[in-house]
Amino acid sequence: MINLTAASREQRIRLGLKKRHRAERQFKFYGALAIVFGLACVFLLFGDIVSKGHKAFQLTYINLEVTYDQDILGVNDPTDARQVSLGNFHGAIKAGLKNRFPEATGRKNKRELYSLVSNGAGYNLRDRLIENPVLLGKTIKIWVIADDDVDTYYKSIGESDGPFTGRTSEQKEGWLKELIKAGDIEKRFNFNFFTEGDSREPELAGIRGAAMGSFYTLIITILLAFPLGVAAAVYLEEFAPRNRWTGFIEVNINNLAAVPSIIFGLLGLAVFINFFHVPRSVPLVGGLVLTLMTLPTIIISSRAAIKSVPPSIREAAIGVGASPMQVVLHHVLPLAMPGMLTGAIIGMARALGETAPLLMIGMVAFIVDIPSGFHDPSTALPVQIFLWADSPERAFVEKTSAAIMVLLAFLIVMNTFAVVLRKRLERRW
Amino acid sequence: MMNTIEKHTTGITAGLQEGSSVKDSEEQHPEETVGKPLIDSPKMSIRNVDVSYSDKQAIYNVNLDVGKHEVIAMIGPSGCGKSTFLRCLNRMNDTIDSCKVSGLITLDDEDIYASDMDPVALRAKVGIVFQKPNPFPKSIYDNVAYGPRLHGLAATRAEIDEIVEVSLTRAGLWNEVKDRLDQPGTGFSGGQQQRLCIARAIAISPEVILMDEPCSALDPIASAKIEELIAELSQNYTIAIVTHSMQQAARVSNRTAYFHLGHLVEVNDTEKVFTAPTHQLTEAYITGRIG
Repeated sequence: MINLTAASREQRIRLGLKKRHRAERQFKFYGALAIVFGLACVFLLFGDIVSKGHKAFQLTYINLEVTYDQDILGVNDPTDARQVSLGNFHGAIKAGLKNRFPEATGRKNKRELYSLVSNGAGYNLRDRLIENPVLLGKTIKIWVIADDDVDTYYKSIGESDGPFTGRTSEQKEGWLKELIKAGDIEKRFNFNFFTEGDSREPELAGIRGAAMGSFYTLIITILLAFPLGVAAAVYLEEFAPRNRWTGFIEVNINNLAAVPSIIFGLLGLAVFINFFHVPRSVPLVGGLVLTLMTLPTIIISSRAAIKSVPPSIREAAIGVGASPMQVVLHHVLPLAMPGMLTGAIIGMARALGETAPLLMIGMVAFIVDIPSGFHDPSTALPVQIFLWADSPERAFVEKTSAAIMVLLAFLIVMNTFAVVLRKRLERRW
Repeated sequence: MMNTIEKHTTGITAGLQEGSSVKDSEEQHPEETVGKPLIDSPKMSIRNVDVSYSDKQAIYNVNLDVGKHEVIAMIGPSGCGKSTFLRCLNRMNDTIDSCKVSGLITLDDEDIYASDMDPVALRAKVGIVFQKPNPFPKSIYDNVAYGPRLHGLAATRAEIDEIVEVSLTRAGLWNEVKDRLDQPGTGFSGGQQQRLCIARAIAISPEVILMDEPCSALDPIASAKIEELIAELSQNYTIAIVTHSMQQAARVSNRTAYFHLGHLVEVNDTEKVFTAPTHQLTEAYITGRIG
């Protein structure tokens, strides 16, 4: 042992303390740095997506004087549904455009002129007539959906490098400037985005079909994966004997959780579609595949939740004479439920964002109709993002970002729900 | 010496083995129990019980009788196997896979480890109170009513109400909680929680109550209340209590059993154990030389 005077001992400790404090400050600083970096990345990502995507929530409309001309429409009885559904409403809009810009003559010019409005603009006109049949023969001012090129041009006005004219001729730009001057073009909230299915025309494309597809898929997934996962976890944790077999099963469940999701897609294709002949592209088969994918996650999180139930509660229940099943049903499950639900919701959130396995089972098809059940072909939100990101039209860029925003919103809502649920169900012991 | 050292045979129905053979006192090796482990018409009797966890033996050849409506205290240094032994009496050790119990334990001459004995039915007769108060995270009412509901002891709500009231009253808790029966049992003080656990145990009207160091997590005042309670309960129930505190054993029990390293060293009337212990290990423990 070294002999130290009280003073030198004191000095040594003080020196050491200084060093320790410095090390501690550095340690904390690195931690804070990591968090700042993470937050910066998140803000960058969100900022980029929102700055692109927010435009998709608005759509450009052109104000046009349109006549419900019986000859052009080919409709003389607006109450006849068949006649109305066959009516040439787009022709009426073309006539309106010709009236507005009479200088456009010649085929090429006219085609240029007609491309100011969307192919789907006539539907609005038709719906107005069905609502109000007395309009037939009358002339009204109506806001019609502009073409996506016009939409892109109009939204990019005021950008630092000028409006995007890549797909707009000088003549068209001239007409547009005229419309802007007259105040006959404006951006409105894009309800179509939330009420329509997919479309080849960006201005008509909506997220509803994909959202409903995701919804039905997730319903199947939660209905199958949660009960199966909880049952498996309860059995493994509470009843199964500890031996080589259960050890083997445990290792395999952990491995399954790490299997790339596309493998599950292939499995679904081989088993559900090719062997059991479940129709392809439908939420039912998507849900089955995602069930396979989420099951290991749910089992693992449920087992962890069951393990965290204090043994004293189990003992108390056994002590008053509860049977093993009663111990599980009365005490273990209620206490483990918050953890299990959290795990399930996180697993669902992962399933909601999953693309790869759905590609394998045909949920990547172009589907315009909004699915109305588990047997209707559909896509899912992440697949829709993938499809739009792949589309050449410039207007799909903002749609892609907007779809990502919708998906993120769903994920945030689900995760918040998981947190709230856990907070509310959690009991102290 | 007044003590008779009994060497008991290991017959299954061995009742009382009178006629003792006095051995000399090289008793360092505690193979046989000194004192009077066996009594007349016991409530529970334990014969040749060995307990082991995987390869480690925790209890060696214990023979003991628990009399009707008596309080028997089990004392001994930490790790001596007294809790393990207690948990054999209502088969709580069944839940531990590696735990093996051999020998014979009977309740009213019925083998509790027999293949046709349902542990659930057994635990309805032999209740247990644990070291740490462990009320369910439910209301006080539900805590007490849980056992009777499980076993179908009450047909109507009024009957359950009555059981809850009687049990809480016997546990000395009724006056404190009667206005807040719907509050969670986990929100009370440690002593109240432990009395709630006792109320929960007696709500199924067991014949035997096992207590595994019921006061070790409590302050002295709460402990005193529990001890009073044990004295009262002993009029109706048979109580086996494991305790760390020799004073507590001396205060509450009729008989005391001293365990040492898995061996039951000495069993005798409590007064005798604490005033004139026979075995030198017991004496060493009582006087504080081991512990």
